[in-house]
Amino acid sequence: MSPKTLYDKIWDAHVAHEAEDGTCLLYIDRHLVHEVTSPQAFEGLRLAGRKVHAPDKTIAVPDHNVPTTLDRANGGMNEESRIQVEALDTNAREFGIHYYPVSDVRQGIVHIVGPEQGWTLPGMTVVCGDSHTATHGAFGALAHGIGTSEVEHVLATQTLIQKKSKNMKVEITGKLAPGVTAKDITLSIIGATGTAGGNGHVIEYCGEAIRDLSMEGRMTVCNMAIEGGARAGIIAPDEKTFAYCKGRPHAPKGAQWEAAVAYWKTLFTDEGAHFDKVVTLRGEDIAPVVTWGTSPEDVLPITATVPAADSFTGGKVGAAQRSLDYMALTPGTKLTDIAIDTVFIGSCTNGRIEDLRAAAAILKGKKKKDGLRAMVVPGSGLVRAQAEEEGLAQIFIDAGFEWRLAGCSMCLAMNPDQLAPGERCAATSNRNFEGRQGRGGRTHLMSPAMAAAAAITGKLTDVREMM
Amino acid sequence: MQKFTKLSGIAAPLPLVNIDTDMIIPKQFLKTIKRSGLGVNLFDEMRYDQDGNEIPDFVLNKPQYRDAQILVAGENFGCGSSREHAPWAIADFGITCVIAPSYADIFYNNCFKNGILPITLPQDQVDILMKDAEKGSNARIEVDLEAQTITSSDGDVFHFEVDSFKKHCLMNGLDDIGLTQEKAAAIAGFEAKASAERPWV
Repeated sequence: MSPKTLYDKIWDAHVAHEAEDGTCLLYIDRHLVHEVTSPQAFEGLRLAGRKVHAPDKTIAVPDHNVPTTLDRANGGMNEESRIQVEALDTNAREFGIHYYPVSDVRQGIVHIVGPEQGWTLPGMTVVCGDSHTATHGAFGALAHGIGTSEVEHVLATQTLIQKKSKNMKVEITGKLAPGVTAKDITLSIIGATGTAGGNGHVIEYCGEAIRDLSMEGRMTVCNMAIEGGARAGIIAPDEKTFAYCKGRPHAPKGAQWEAAVAYWKTLFTDEGAHFDKVVTLRGEDIAPVVTWGTSPEDVLPITATVPAADSFTGGKVGAAQRSLDYMALTPGTKLTDIAIDTVFIGSCTNGRIEDLRAAAAILKGKKKKDGLRAMVVPGSGLVRAQAEEEGLAQIFIDAGFEWRLAGCSMCLAMNPDQLAPGERCAATSNRNFEGRQGRGGRTHLMSPAMAAAAAITGKLTDVREMM
Repeated sequence: MQKFTKLSGIAAPLPLVNIDTDMIIPKQFLKTIKRSGLGVNLFDEMRYDQDGNEIPDFVLNKPQYRDAQILVAGENFGCGSSREHAPWAIADFGITCVIAPSYADIFYNNCFKNGILPITLPQDQVDILMKDAEKGSNARIEVDLEAQTITSSDGDVFHFEVDSFKKHCLMNGLDDIGLTQEKAAAIAGFEAKASAERPWV
């Protein structure tokens, strides 16, 4: 047999039907659902008189619209948001799928809840009507976002019509320097390859620096595979993966656990397997980074200066000028001279316990700058509870941060957490698009530790100076 | 689904790279539980000012492009989120064909589910069509899906590639789910085999 990549192996294990032209029906092991991209799909089922094919493999949780303020049990959602969340309540009940309502302590961002509850396991196919489904690739699962028509297709048939993507390898060799995190890795990769660098490919992340990451860190890396244009990001499972999964509510137990681990240990890229594209970065070369523009590829080390539009080529010259205008930045300005007025720590990229620990380590015993608005939004109710138990919540509160309930929050600002026009935010989320965090709002992406450092000084800051 | 076979229409030029789904349809319009009615909010933050007034310079607000049926854009069109609201808004505006050098994967797939043909062409050919589009209502571009050709207003003919299955579904307005359910036996067979091999799933 010819050597296979990890992606090849998972793909082959899930082809339910292959047509002569290579169009496949790919079987889906886990279908995650949230309130924004699913109502039209459930309505489609209803209109056609169709059922959910595998309700046991379908898990729903509201996350995008939900308020994160402590009084949310008393409302706080606008009419449209309320209708959308209620539609999910109704659909989950009517179609008999697993559901974590807003009132459940396990509620949170779908991509944090899935792994936390043991729904996401190595070797699975996982989809969700959300591009950041790539997150689950950290477990050695083939996981990617789909549109609402495809959500309906998976609900009705538990399959997707797919053609296979190409294989791409992104290797991060060596060790990371102090102050450099998984977020800096994933942003640096996008900075190097561009937001279309992974188009048509599934990326396997590998190398010593990836192996050394915790599961939380690996989720951060895979989460942003989509910002690099890839269909999915994936990391081969290892002992860290198994240890994370063990004992989770929906992970296998007893003899099934043993059988599962034996299978999971076969999930790696064979020696000599073919990759269509290979990118290698040295871990030692990666610095703490921030974005300066309105594309996730606009990445620079924090020690750099704002670039000039004419330092780019092709269509990027105009795009860079548009970014500079939107971000109100002058070329040549030191990134560390850029003042911010908002700090957002959270999202499916950086809303897990390790992220909160990293931010709290910088903030301990310190205060945010006066007048700055700062919030921490844990990725799930369970992350929140754990952070309270570990004393992290108190560190944030003492530093002057708002300590919120779980949800997507200001990552995409569908709930009341938004930037006002002209406000500038140090954010641990994943997109710095125009208007992403609120119309006219300006976003700089960075790691939780870097965001915490920025909160203290009120400017983009090199976290290494605070360590 | 609406069929797509041939189209002869006005093309709106949008010469920007990395047009993302937040630009195409900002999140405040994702709260709908319907598929229809989003066309008025297509490119909302580029098209209207803070008070909801049209920004005259934006291409779709110019008189000659108000009835555009084709959009010509820069590379990596539709990057960002998986929101199908993006193609819903495009189709609801009346645009059923996008021409660009490359697309984000999820957006590209979403188009075919909504009667929109996303055409990929090399940058130099997109550049020619972009210039053609800039002529406004004097220039009609013709798209023939069956022949897989685009004809510029000057008579230049460009061939494009499209997946044969996607082409078939688009030309016939087929419902994917119905097609897949015809393969129910294959799915059931797969499920029996998979649950024996990986019972923990």
